[in-house]
Formats: sequence, C-alpha cells, structure tokens
Amino acid sequence: MTAVPADPPATGRPSRRAVSRGSTFDPIFGFLCGAAATLLLATLTGVMISLAIGGWPAFAKFGLGFFTSTRWNPSADIAGGEFYGGAGPIVGTLITALVALVLSLPIAVGVAVFLTEFCPRTLRRPIGIAVELLAGVPSIVYGMWGLFVFAPLFSQVVETPLAYWTPPPFLGKGFADFWNNAVIGDLVPNGSGIFAASIILAIMILPFMAATLRELFLTVPPKVRESAYGVGCTPLEVVMSVTIPYVRRSAIGAVMLGLGRALGETMAVTFVIGNAHNFPKGLFSGGSTIASTIANEFAEATTPLHTSALIALGFVLFVITFAVLAIARTLLNAQRQA
Amino acid sequence: MNGPMSSETTAPDTFESFTEAVPDAKLEARGVDFFYGKSQALYDVNIGFQRHAVTALIGPSGCGKSTLLRALNRIYALYPGQRAAGEILLDGENTLERGVDLGQLRAKVGMVFQQPTPFPMSIYDNVAFGVRLYEKLSKADLDQRVEESLRRAALWTEVKDKLQLSGLGLSGGQQQRLCVARGVAVRPEVLLLDEPASALDPISTAKLEETIVELKSDITIVIVTHNLQQAARISDNAAFMYLGRLIEFAKTDRLFDNPRARRTADYITGRFG
Repeated sequence: MTAVPADPPATGRPSRRAVSRGSTFDPIFGFLCGAAATLLLATLTGVMISLAIGGWPAFAKFGLGFFTSTRWNPSADIAGGEFYGGAGPIVGTLITALVALVLSLPIAVGVAVFLTEFCPRTLRRPIGIAVELLAGVPSIVYGMWGLFVFAPLFSQVVETPLAYWTPPPFLGKGFADFWNNAVIGDLVPNGSGIFAASIILAIMILPFMAATLRELFLTVPPKVRESAYGVGCTPLEVVMSVTIPYVRRSAIGAVMLGLGRALGETMAVTFVIGNAHNFPKGLFSGGSTIASTIANEFAEATTPLHTSALIALGFVLFVITFAVLAIARTLLNAQRQA
Repeated sequence: MNGPMSSETTAPDTFESFTEAVPDAKLEARGVDFFYGKSQALYDVNIGFQRHAVTALIGPSGCGKSTLLRALNRIYALYPGQRAAGEILLDGENTLERGVDLGQLRAKVGMVFQQPTPFPMSIYDNVAFGVRLYEKLSKADLDQRVEESLRRAALWTEVKDKLQLSGLGLSGGQQQRLCVARGVAVRPEVLLLDEPASALDPISTAKLEETIVELKSDITIVIVTHNLQQAARISDNAAFMYLGRLIEFAKTDRLFDNPRARRTADYITGRFG
C-alpha cells in the first residue's frame, strides 16, 4: 500500500463548507435522478398506450376473434375479405418458449450444479466466464447459424427419419394418434418448424439460465451444504434435497426471466420457425410467433387494418412478457426477503 | 485465521507438550498434519477421544482446534487443496485412507456447526433427513425416531405441535437444537460440535449443555469451544491447542486445576488468548 498523503491543513471551518455544498447540490442531484426514473416510466407507459391505441382498430373489429381465430388473411380479394386472427402466432409464441424452457432447464441445472459442486477450482472461472460470454451472443448470429448449419442438419438427422417412422403397433392406437397429430403434424422435413425454433431458443436461453442458477446456488451458505454432507449425503442428495430447495423460489424466478427472453426473441426464431400462419398442427409443423410475424410482415403491411393487427399482436406480447417478468420479479424478491 | 499470538513465534519455540493416553479410545488421531494448500495448520497431533465421554478442544483462535474437528469426519475433503496426513482411527480403522466411504463415515461421525444450519424443509423432515438416507423405516418407526431425537435434543416439547412447519421459522437456539436432533437421529457413534453454543443466549446454551451431557451415554462427543467455563462444566477430558500443536491433554479437572504446560496455565488464567 502506498502512503496516504497527509490531509491538507484544516481551514478552520470544514464542516460548514461540507454542509453548504451538500445543501446546494443534493436537491439538483436528486431531481436529476428522479427525472431519469420518471422518463423511463413515462416511456414505458407511452409505449403501452400507443400500442393499445394502434391496435385498437383490430381489437375493435375482430373482438375475441383476434385471440381465437387462426385465419390471417391480409388480402381483401379473397372470400371473407381482410381478416386477422392472432391465435396462431400467440400459441406459437407460448409453445416455442415453453418447449425451449423444458429443453434447456435440465441442462442449465446440470451446468450450474457442475460449476458449484464438481468443477475443479482451476476450471471454475474459465467455464463461468465462457457461459456468461455465450449469454451475450447476439440473436441474429444464432438465427443465421440456425438457418445455415442447424436446419440442414436437423432435417437430415431428425426430421427425415421421423417422417418415415411409424409408431410400432404395440404402443397402441392412442399413441399413434397422438404421435401423428400432436407431434408430427404436417411435418415437412426442411429443418424448420416449431420444434426447430424451440431448440434454437433453448440454446439461446441456456447460458443465461445457467449463469443465473449458478449465482443462486452460490448463495447457499457453505455450512448448510457441509451439514448435509455431515449427515452422510452424497453430492446428488445434497443438490436435490438441500441446494435446490434452498433456492427454489428464486430459481423459479430465474426460469421465468429465461422464459421472458424466449417469448420476445425475434430474429433467431424468424429464421427457423417456418413462418406459417395457421395454428401449429404438431411440434414439427411450421408455425410462427408474434415476434416473427411482426418482423416478417411489417414492411408489407399496406392497409391500416393490417398494421393495426400487427400492433395489436405487439400489445399482446407486451402484456404476456410483462406478466411473466412481474411474476419472476415477485418470486425473486420473496427469496431475498426470506 | 491468524492467531493473536502468531507474531510471537519468530523465536524458536520448543512447544513442550504433555499428553495423557486415554483408556478405551473410540477415535484416535495419530501424528496428524493438516494443510490448507501450502500452509500447515496442524503439526503431529496425537490425541485419543474416550468412548462415551465429552472431550473439549480449547485454545486461542487459529490454534487448529476447528481444523482438527473437521479432519475427524473428513468434511474438509469438500474443498480442493485441503488435506490431512497421518492416521485417524475410528475403532481401529484408519479413516484417512483412500477408498473410505465418506457418506458412511459422516453418518457415523456426525457434526453440528457454530451457526444453526436447518435445511429448507419442515422440522420433521429436518430430523428425518439423515435417517431416510441410510435406513428404511416404517412411518411409525420414523415418527418414533424423530420424537426420540427431538426429546434428546431437549426440543420436543417446544415443537411437537408444529412438526410440519419450516425449520427456518424457529429461533436461533431452537434451530441449533434442531441441528443436534438431526445429528443424533442417524444414531452416530461420534458427534463433533464446533462451538455449538457461541451464537446462543444463556438459556439456550444451558439447555444445549444439558443435552450434550445426556448424549454421552451412548455417543462419543468432541466439542470445540471458546468458553472455558463451558469446557470445565461439560467435558471429561480437555485438550489445549496452540499454533497447530496439541500442547496439553488431560482429564478436564486436572487440566484446569493443575496444568503442566506453561502455555496452558497462561491461557486458562486469562494471561493471553
């Protein structure tokens, strides 16, 4: 440590000087911070209100049909005229996000457990940093990779074999029906579709969730872990019975944050989801999400109603994401106070 | 972890040492050295822990008493870079050898820490936790074991109506006795207590001490404590450690009334530490 220079000679009234400086600048500083916070809130409210207003014509015209119908018909020349039902993209959004979550959660838990329980100390930092770097890769990169590398591979290795596979009779007719309808749907083995998009999403949110879960696991007091080992637990038993229950609430919060990311992800999904507007028939069918629909169609939306329908979809996504994040936040806060 | 006296060790020191052999040692350390990475924390410690007796480890901070305790059930093995050399014999078997089942060892040699460490589950499950790992008991037997363990930890009357509530909701003293109950429930042969009362109020401490004395009827107990009165009250044998060495080990009365090593005398009369 270098020597600290001696204080300048006292002027005689240091305290009064400090008080007067504080009393001048504190209100200004406080005002600026308050203004920043207000600006943020105002912007958010503004976005929400303008989305609601922009989407109003669509909501007003189609009513509940906007949420239940799968007809998405921008052309006035086709029978029935212009009609926009958002059920396809809305359901597609929820399904891709949920499937992505189911796929990536076990792996994220595995990574976090490995980093906190098993990883040799020397590897801990490099792997931890790598995971955090992966969380920062821009989504367009994942999308391109998904289209040019992942999709052809997925088509060849997974979809084509599946398209030719029929469930063996001993599994029963029920399974065959389920398989053909809910899983295969109208599978076209071109490497795109709901499931392909889910996998890309899973890869995208995996590092984020792993990093968050790792942070959470590190908050378990070492003595609690030692106590568990102290009654004779194996590492698996410690993780399952003590570590995970200890962070359960905030882990759910972390998962919801991951879900929030998956819900709003645009580019990576647009590349590989197949962009079909109808209601996804099965896991391997083509589909769309709210974000991919908006990205695909905004430039082509020529009629006011079409634009309004897209804005209305945006509003729905806003509300869904907001709700998910609000729940996540509540759960995380509950853990902090506990 | 630097002891308050570490600056005094610049002069060569002979560390005169007086240890007595105990009859019927349940657990015995022979020539134990301990290392945190490159720094050595224990030097050639030889000590026997008498069966069904309470042995107290005393000494100034950083003297190695907690380290010795952590070597006895190999909890240190959770941390890379920490290692022990020498022999620690449990009923004559060396527990420091490779290939020892650490789960089994720690079920036999239980541990309670300075801070209460209840698990995030109900009071009942906290106690049943370790039992479920190693024994398949019927519901009735398990209920009985939980009750018996809570009674032995002097906690039963306070919690018997709220066994399904979270263990995290108990007071500090109750949590600590819950941890004792959890440790006792697996019927360990040895129980290691690392300053179990230092975070407790006087009443909880008194209850805990009573519990410890009762437990020794069938458990061998090793307790680390900073509280000399506590050591004098509850222990049968006592060991004074200093700078990683065992300085004196004798019957508690003998050690407190008539210490043979100068350092022991200095410490228990409050001249340092």
